[in-house]
Amino acid sequence: MNLILHVWRQKGPGEKGQMVRYEAKNVNEDMSFLEMLDVLNEQLVLRGEDPIAFDHDCREGICGSCGFMINGVAHGPQRGTTVCQLHMRHFKDGDELWLEPWRAKAFPVVKDLVVDRSAFDRIIAAGGYISVPTGSAPDGNAIPVPKKKQEMAMDAAACIACGACVAMCPNASAALFTGAKISHLNLLPQGQPERYERAERMIAQMNIENFGHCTNIGECEAVCPKSIRLEVIAFMNRDFLRAKWVEGEEPVLASQG
Amino acid sequence: MELDSRIPGGPIEQKWDKARFEMKLVNPANKRKYSLIVVGSGLAGASAAATLGELGYNVKCFCFQDSPRRAHSIAAQGGINAAKNYQNDGDSIFRLFYDTVKGGDFRAREANVYRLAQISVNIIDQCVAQGVPFAREYGGTLANRSFGGAQVSRTFYARGQTGQQLLLGAYQALQRQVSLGRVTMIPRTEMLDLVVIDGRARGIITRNLITGKIDAHVADAVILATGGYGNVFFLSTNAKGSNATAIWRAYKRGAAFANPCFTQIHPTCIPVSGDYQSKLTLMSESLRNDGRIWVPLKPGDTRPPDQIPENERDYYLERRYPSFGNLVPRDVASRAAKAVCDEGRGVGPGGLGVYLDFSDAIRRLGKKTIADRYGNLFEMYERITGEDPYTVPMRIYPAIHYTMGGLWVDYHLMSTIPGLFVLGEANFSDHGANRLGASALMQGLADGYFVIPYTIGNYLASAKIEKVDTSHAEFKRCESEVNERVRKLLSIKGKKSVDAYHRELGKLLWDYCGMARNEQGLKKCLAKIPELREEFWQNAAVVGSGTELNQVLERAGRVADFFELAELMCLDALHRNESCGGHFREEYQTPDGEALRDDEHYCYVAAWEYRGENQAPVLHKEPLKFEYVLPSQRSYK
Ligand SMILES: Cc1cc2nc3c(=O)[nH]c(=O)nc-3n(C[C@H](O)[C@H](O)[C@H](O)COP(=O)(O)OP(=O)(O)OC[C@H]3O[C@@H](n4cnc5c(N)ncnc54)[C@H](O)[C@@H]3O)c2cc1C
Ligand code: FES
Repeated sequence: MNLILHVWRQKGPGEKGQMVRYEAKNVNEDMSFLEMLDVLNEQLVLRGEDPIAFDHDCREGICGSCGFMINGVAHGPQRGTTVCQLHMRHFKDGDELWLEPWRAKAFPVVKDLVVDRSAFDRIIAAGGYISVPTGSAPDGNAIPVPKKKQEMAMDAAACIACGACVAMCPNASAALFTGAKISHLNLLPQGQPERYERAERMIAQMNIENFGHCTNIGECEAVCPKSIRLEVIAFMNRDFLRAKWVEGEEPVLASQG
Repeated sequence: MELDSRIPGGPIEQKWDKARFEMKLVNPANKRKYSLIVVGSGLAGASAAATLGELGYNVKCFCFQDSPRRAHSIAAQGGINAAKNYQNDGDSIFRLFYDTVKGGDFRAREANVYRLAQISVNIIDQCVAQGVPFAREYGGTLANRSFGGAQVSRTFYARGQTGQQLLLGAYQALQRQVSLGRVTMIPRTEMLDLVVIDGRARGIITRNLITGKIDAHVADAVILATGGYGNVFFLSTNAKGSNATAIWRAYKRGAAFANPCFTQIHPTCIPVSGDYQSKLTLMSESLRNDGRIWVPLKPGDTRPPDQIPENERDYYLERRYPSFGNLVPRDVASRAAKAVCDEGRGVGPGGLGVYLDFSDAIRRLGKKTIADRYGNLFEMYERITGEDPYTVPMRIYPAIHYTMGGLWVDYHLMSTIPGLFVLGEANFSDHGANRLGASALMQGLADGYFVIPYTIGNYLASAKIEKVDTSHAEFKRCESEVNERVRKLLSIKGKKSVDAYHRELGKLLWDYCGMARNEQGLKKCLAKIPELREEFWQNAAVVGSGTELNQVLERAGRVADFFELAELMCLDALHRNESCGGHFREEYQTPDGEALRDDEHYCYVAAWEYRGENQAPVLHKEPLKFEYVLPSQRSYK
């Protein structure tokens, strides 16, 4: 099949970018979307032109490196699928595709389709962990975890931090990402000691990073390649509210010794 | 060069205790005065950086991805082994040790493997406490499965995403140290050289992948945890960015490279579908628990699988290995697949594939049970191939997956350059000539969480480390060499793409130094690689500049290193006149086609020393002694 691509080209951070038209010829339907771009890039390089920059690594849908908008949809048309796992058999001859980077204030464009998602790392650094220095852990079976809890925690922990949720949200909110990590850790018994502090700190960091507020639109859930559910946002909000309440309690508990 | 493995004396079960007791300690108040560099943020690097930060050292950690959480470890699917014996099925530290030494075909160091088995139990505890959501039973206790040829259930897993969850645990611990200011994380940065001063590793030279800036970083010790070199073959199951540059640069600065020809080929990967193919996807080994592997009995049979009657199929693993059947170890299963395809009995495009058929299992257990067990894998298969494995058998073929070889390290995980430590897949230490499933994650975390924190302290406390900074002449020299190399790559401006050269190199290696090797082929390959490398340096198409994000330049640098490494792999394969584990030399096989080891002459680690441009590397041998697991021929019949 032959395709027309319009790709966002931008030389560097802060520079002006524009859409540029390319023709992708003889595309094989068994190719992945990124392989289609590889072939196009190889042609560009042989013509002495700058190839299209995009992030990618595992190409198995798990590292979260890849991601851009295809015709306005994060990761393209197939549900539950990253662009590296999207195959060309889902397109047809003559299709015209617009490729753009994630658009969000918190994700500045680095070059072409590559953006800076380091804000996510800073949200995790703010509290997305359980403080347990190496060597201080009790036996793995010392604390039983109900299977259902573990499954729910695992569902949330499947997040790959690709940023599609932010890119698709009209408010550019990071609520799905942050909610997923808070849910994962706060659901487990191991996460209880730092539970409320974690929710507060991560949410505070999310706000510092220029992400927008969540208004429950749900576009994030629809494009999430790992099918993370909106419930994680509700869970996060609940823990945030409870954190306020627990904070009020704390001095009393402390004075009781 | 002298190879001193520094294996402690005494009975094997006491060696690690003894070593820890004898190690010198760094006074807690002094730890912050030491600065350490960790290159890599996979399981090995992230766990090391986090733990060293916790101890109070000043740590700088580097990775080439945009976030440490994206390291290649994230892709591991199946699980992690530990000798917990929670299933009460006869497992023990000794049994895990025994299985690993035997599985490695008696080419690993006993003392290291024993320590690994001992530490395995602490890893699980640590990860559970971090919140890793391992699979559990209804009662809330941890679940296990059996994996890759083991006869006990000792593999812990988190659905098909064990690597992801373990890495996120380590990454979160790392980010905690980042927030406390003890670790500085430097992503999107590639190490391009190692700086050695007065015989000690003292720093690295890096390139910022966004700005192209070349920087020097000084430290009291350097840790490499940069992963394996499977991508030398171009097509592999590794992430696209996985590369050998860091360990190759270290080799060229004096670190011995051990057993470079020991590479692992995984039997169950999705076959190549066309020339544009950029990587190969692994289908978890666990599929072999219920899938049956077969090919048509007659060569050239192109009928669709459902039209080939039972008596015209060859379930060749069940036929050749009645007791292990479809569950034979990876190397054996891969070679058997190659053999049937070489006979012209392969299936699918190009005849490079065999069927992995679930129809019996579906009939016996029902579609639902199979979906519960392998649903996500079946989905992944369908997404990639467009075929539904519930109705049509999967097609699979072996692919490069893991490299057992790597930089030589002693019991302390220190290379032949004092102050340079190597962890995870980047070192050669624990898997001998063949790695067992679910053991790489275990090794990476053992190295990072539990070994290096002790051994590096001992080094820092006992070595006389002079004060230097990046204005030292050696830093300047290395920096200008790196600059010169970048300039040289950018000046090629040729007519053939970097990937085209990489593919060609990969094909050569796959044909002559892949699943089966022989003297003639290796010699041919050794003649061809330098020609192709010459051509690469004359005619590779490298565009753009060095002062921006330039992914072609990045790849060109990595491919240039792969060219040199490929030659060393062939040399190593050629010198080892025996078959063992993943190294199968066609001249050395039993009458029924099994690997034939030569313990009398080759029971050693081959460690290669770099001697300079256009000079042959020198081979050093570390003899291996087996006192607890006596070498025997592996038999899975
Ligand atoms: C598809 C797949 C499935 C697997 N499944 C399993 C499994 O189920 N069980 C199991 O035990 N093992 C499994 N393995 C093997 C295992 O995943 C790896 O061996 C292991 O994760 C390697 O970890 P590592 O920390 O050594 O390196 P990696 O995770 O590869 O990390 C390397 C790090 O080094 C950095 N780096 C590399 N070069 C440079 C440089 N020049 N400069 C700066 N940084 C650099 C990278 O950015 C990265 O952070 C699997 C492997 C694959 C490919
Ligand atoms: S490249 Fe890793 S998720 Fe797409």
